[in-house]
Amino acid sequence: MRLPAPNAVLGGAIIGVVVVAALLGAVWTPVDPLKINFAARLQPPGGAYLLGTDEFGRDVLSRLMAAAATSVWISLVTVAAAVTGGTIIGLLTGYLRGWTDRILMAFNDALLAFPGILLALGLLAVFGANKYGIILALGLAYTPSVARIVRGTVLSLREREFVEASRVMGNSEIFTVMRHVLPNCIAPLTVLATSMFGWVLLSESALSFLGLGVPPPAPTWGNMLASSRSFIAQAVWLGIFPGLCISLTLLGINLLGDALRDRLDPRMRGV
Amino acid sequence: MLRFAIRRILMAVPTLAIMAVAVFVLIRLIPGDPASLMLGDLADPASLADLRERLGLDKDIATQFVIWFGNVLRGDLGLSITSGQPVLPLVLERFWVSARIVFIAVAIASLIAVPAGVIAAWRQNSALDLALVGTATVLLSIPTFWLGLLLLLLFGLKLEWLPVVGYVSFSDNPTAALLYILMPVATLFLHEMGVLIRMSRASTLEVLRLDYITHARAKGLSERAVLWRHAFKNAFGPTWTLIGLVLGNLLGGIAVVETVFTIPGLGRLLVDSIFARDYPVIQGCLLFVAFVYVVVNLVVDLLYPVFDPRVTAE
Repeated sequence: MRLPAPNAVLGGAIIGVVVVAALLGAVWTPVDPLKINFAARLQPPGGAYLLGTDEFGRDVLSRLMAAAATSVWISLVTVAAAVTGGTIIGLLTGYLRGWTDRILMAFNDALLAFPGILLALGLLAVFGANKYGIILALGLAYTPSVARIVRGTVLSLREREFVEASRVMGNSEIFTVMRHVLPNCIAPLTVLATSMFGWVLLSESALSFLGLGVPPPAPTWGNMLASSRSFIAQAVWLGIFPGLCISLTLLGINLLGDALRDRLDPRMRGV
Repeated sequence: MLRFAIRRILMAVPTLAIMAVAVFVLIRLIPGDPASLMLGDLADPASLADLRERLGLDKDIATQFVIWFGNVLRGDLGLSITSGQPVLPLVLERFWVSARIVFIAVAIASLIAVPAGVIAAWRQNSALDLALVGTATVLLSIPTFWLGLLLLLLFGLKLEWLPVVGYVSFSDNPTAALLYILMPVATLFLHEMGVLIRMSRASTLEVLRLDYITHARAKGLSERAVLWRHAFKNAFGPTWTLIGLVLGNLLGGIAVVETVFTIPGLGRLLVDSIFARDYPVIQGCLLFVAFVYVVVNLVVDLLYPVFDPRVTAE
């Protein structure tokens, strides 16, 4: 057993803190994140409010924690949906080949050729801007890249001896796929899902920043940054903390993703 | 070379066709009569009936697509509901605003990041490498809309060196225009530096392990010659492809930067149209960015053999 790489430790620690904050934020925050208190508008950090208050006198720390819960939940559900959908498409096309493969992959590649955030914006125009619209839009936008990776892995696996052997032994195709092909897709999928968590979190924040995400007053890091713009001259902290949360989370994901890739993809080791 | 070019151009055609289908279907997914979606709630019955006729809404969906696609090919993307302007000139006008910022940022980032990545790979695991990779990873992790906000806070509000928000056209006042786009360009530039340094370093590392590099070193070539004449040439390919992808992604994601600095670009047009439910403009923006993305990547691929002669041989 090698010692874990320093970037894995740092990345893991950051993500650990974010996950704990999100779990805690889902059930408890120091103050109700939606409670308006005009007497305590735009209080600087320190004192009764550790990270200050916003333009409605709402506690920034509580809002950051509640936002973490929302963002982490949206990102997890979206990644799970994209990975499930993409894996099914990838297994089908890689295993059946022929026309199913050609037609599905032609669509898949055309969608891949669309920048993810743009596809999500287009889909949001149809679904409407809310929590479920975001999950649906981002989930659909990120499915094609999963399908691509799974299909590639399946194509290289299906000709291998152990898959052939399973078939010769009289196992059904479905059993062979589930027992022998799918487990070999898990390593590349783990690497992809980790980076995808970061992309989805970033896209969700960007959409919320644009006003196309989770609608206020429910806090997200993106919409907190958006509303901070009008007060940034008097209340710098409103523009600092939410951005810091997004950046640190993404940094943690990137470090963890690099470490995972080093570990699971031997070709990239040391790169 | 010519055969490669023709094959690559032909490959872009089905992609564009599927994208057109996707954009067409997307807007048709919205519940309601397409003609009243395209004209808005306030349209009079006569013009509604006229548009229904022109869109062929009484015919089947395939015919409707053919009619619509024919119009698109002739450059007719319909009229904006909110302003009544034709969509194509509006999209083009906004596109040049965004494109200028994106191209300047990516060009400068490439010129600095690519050599920086090569040097980091050459001195792998040194303090310099660690510093470059660390900086790149941090830059990569900061979302552009926060980076922009921080720059705005520092250079616009605290130091008061640069104008805070807005946009001045280059034809009106070149000096002021430059001052106004400095911060948006810097925001994108810093972010893309992170992406490109890591890519350039990774592909150089892969090449540096190959036998021909050992051979070149054994021949007694200087490190400089090994690095730039032998390693760099083969390592640049993946980074060059990435530059194409980055350009396309930026055009899609520039809406946030344009929001921070209130720049009237294409991203902002798309977002405003989504808010206003201006479907002809939404459709036009999506189609146009998809088209630009495909064309940029086509040009990137066509230029690939210039850097890597092995590609044409395939």
